[in-house]
Amino acid sequence: MRVIYTGGLNMNLVEIRDVTKYFPVQRGFIEQIISRKQEFVRAVDGVSFDIRKGEILGLAGESGSGKTTMGRLCVRLIRPTQGEILFDGINIAEVEGTEMRNLRRRIQFTFQDPSSSLNPRLSIGDAIADALRFQNMGSPEERKEIVESVLERVGLAPADTFYHRKPHQLSGGQRQRVVFGRAIVLSPEFIVTDEPVAMVDVSIKAQLLELMLDLKKELNLTYLFISHDLATARHVCDRIAIMYLGKIIEIGDDDQVYEDPLHPYTDGLISAIPVPNPKIQKTGKVPRGEIPSPIDPPSGCRFHPRCPKAFDKCSTEEPTLKDMGNGRCVACHLY
Amino acid sequence: MVDVLRIKDLIVEYTTQRGTARAVDRVSLTLGENRTLGLAGESGCGKSTLGRSLMKLVPYPGKIVSGDIILNIDHDITWKKGTIKKGDVSILELNDDQLRMIRGSEIAYIFQDPMTSLNPMLSIGKHFIQIQQAHDPTIEDEQALERAKEVLESLGILAERVDDYPHQFSGGMRQRVMIGLGLVLRPRLLIADEPTTSLDVIVEAQILEEMAELKEKFNLTMILITHNLGVLAQTADDVAIMYTGRLAELAPTEALFENPQHPYTEALLQSVPDVTKPDKKLAWIPGAPPDLVNPPDGCMFNPRCPFAMDICKQEEPPLIQSDTGGLVACHLYGRS
Repeated sequence: MRVIYTGGLNMNLVEIRDVTKYFPVQRGFIEQIISRKQEFVRAVDGVSFDIRKGEILGLAGESGSGKTTMGRLCVRLIRPTQGEILFDGINIAEVEGTEMRNLRRRIQFTFQDPSSSLNPRLSIGDAIADALRFQNMGSPEERKEIVESVLERVGLAPADTFYHRKPHQLSGGQRQRVVFGRAIVLSPEFIVTDEPVAMVDVSIKAQLLELMLDLKKELNLTYLFISHDLATARHVCDRIAIMYLGKIIEIGDDDQVYEDPLHPYTDGLISAIPVPNPKIQKTGKVPRGEIPSPIDPPSGCRFHPRCPKAFDKCSTEEPTLKDMGNGRCVACHLY
Repeated sequence: MVDVLRIKDLIVEYTTQRGTARAVDRVSLTLGENRTLGLAGESGCGKSTLGRSLMKLVPYPGKIVSGDIILNIDHDITWKKGTIKKGDVSILELNDDQLRMIRGSEIAYIFQDPMTSLNPMLSIGKHFIQIQQAHDPTIEDEQALERAKEVLESLGILAERVDDYPHQFSGGMRQRVMIGLGLVLRPRLLIADEPTTSLDVIVEAQILEEMAELKEKFNLTMILITHNLGVLAQTADDVAIMYTGRLAELAPTEALFENPQHPYTEALLQSVPDVTKPDKKLAWIPGAPPDLVNPPDGCMFNPRCPFAMDICKQEEPPLIQSDTGGLVACHLYGRS
């Protein structure tokens, strides 16, 4: 088991408390006239968890589970409908103006697709320098110096040959490095990274993951690592949280969750991962069906229509996240 | 065992303003009946181009320069303008009319992206009617729909959904529809190009399982193109690793995963995260694949290869028999 350095008593950098995020479903003109009931996509629906200082918490789940929305909430790209998101004790859901601007330095986000999150007309050096400019940091010369050191730090050396390149002149892996450079240039404490290696070839995946881990060590970072790829998450995360239809259904230490998944969904999800070893055959625990719509989620436990172990109570009563000891929590009536 | 497909020295080139890039370079393969061949490699290694060239569907400005693709057909194909006799048929020598009869009914191709491969204006049933009537205009709509329902049900889609439109299906269901469209004419060879890449793991596992069942049921021979080596480990009988348009290694799946011969195969396997082995030290391959317009001399992999010798920079390694029952193109073997 990995030992996590917590650095004192208050070891949580981020605390999520009962957060919900509902997006209104767009109605057509006629639907508005006949005043059909307003519906909501319940992307995140009553989620609580902590992110400890210095750890990498994985947030995994299928498309539509709400993991990206959760990540965006953590950096206040969007505001929660309800609940508190405490970063270092400050509720970022309510912070405004200068205070928010100052917080932005400490919290960063990397988007999934590096090609669409970099401005094609801006050189990558300027793209990184913009983060400094918006924070009114340094003179143009100083900013250039900082950016060059950041470029070298993320492996784009020599910096002066990369500074003026445009995104299209870089490979996918290099673009992802620029995205990381832009995230670290303000020396943040916390980075939410959304599928950082989903778009790159497997042959360079490990290189980017190692960069992420190196940066974490050097800069004392804390990561929320959002991924649908559970195999990759296992290699980088200290703890992992599994989301299903806007809820966290299991959270715990990486090894515990992977070796002994408690929730039937976690079990199914892990057994569905293709293993690069022809000798290991599928056990056939893969759940039936697909993730239902978050507009009108199933009653009781949201997984019950697909669950092989569902019983009466599961369709009527919603299970809460129960503490199983050792920081392990699971939301299932079996326990 | 009959060889369903034989590829001989196939060369496919793309002509661009910068010059000519050879996307498929002297590839030879033989595929026996009922086998599943996995084609793997990094983006740009030519695996999709190879797949498409088997149906003579290489997109412009690509061109099949030379080589031979021989498909074995187990029955005569007759339509109003002519016939194709059963036996070996050379795909590259067929005219457009003949190709149209082969495509879909003998070789089916499942494209990478199920979102853009279906017509949003047509119901699913209409897709099935069109593909069947294109090959046999005498088939009535009802009859075609019956067959469609049968195929869809074997893929776990309710028969009444033939009246629905593509946007009413989820990504996984759309991919199942694509597979259904590929199978409705009972082809002999199915080429699936990244069939599960855009899907979540659970749906991916479901679809791979269904494909394995259908392969038995329809007596299919398959080529599975994917960058995901985990998927190949679970489904393929043989795996071909491609690099810069060439075959680097071809071996039975177990041999390839357990005892990779080519340094490139080994490096690729080292870079794949394995959920059952959390302590595996993930490696990566330094550098990037070469520019195909200006390829390096000798072995194409030599600039990235940890074992590169002098000869690797001068001479191209031939594809030779390996000790594990496969083929490998590397100077480390067969010289001593």
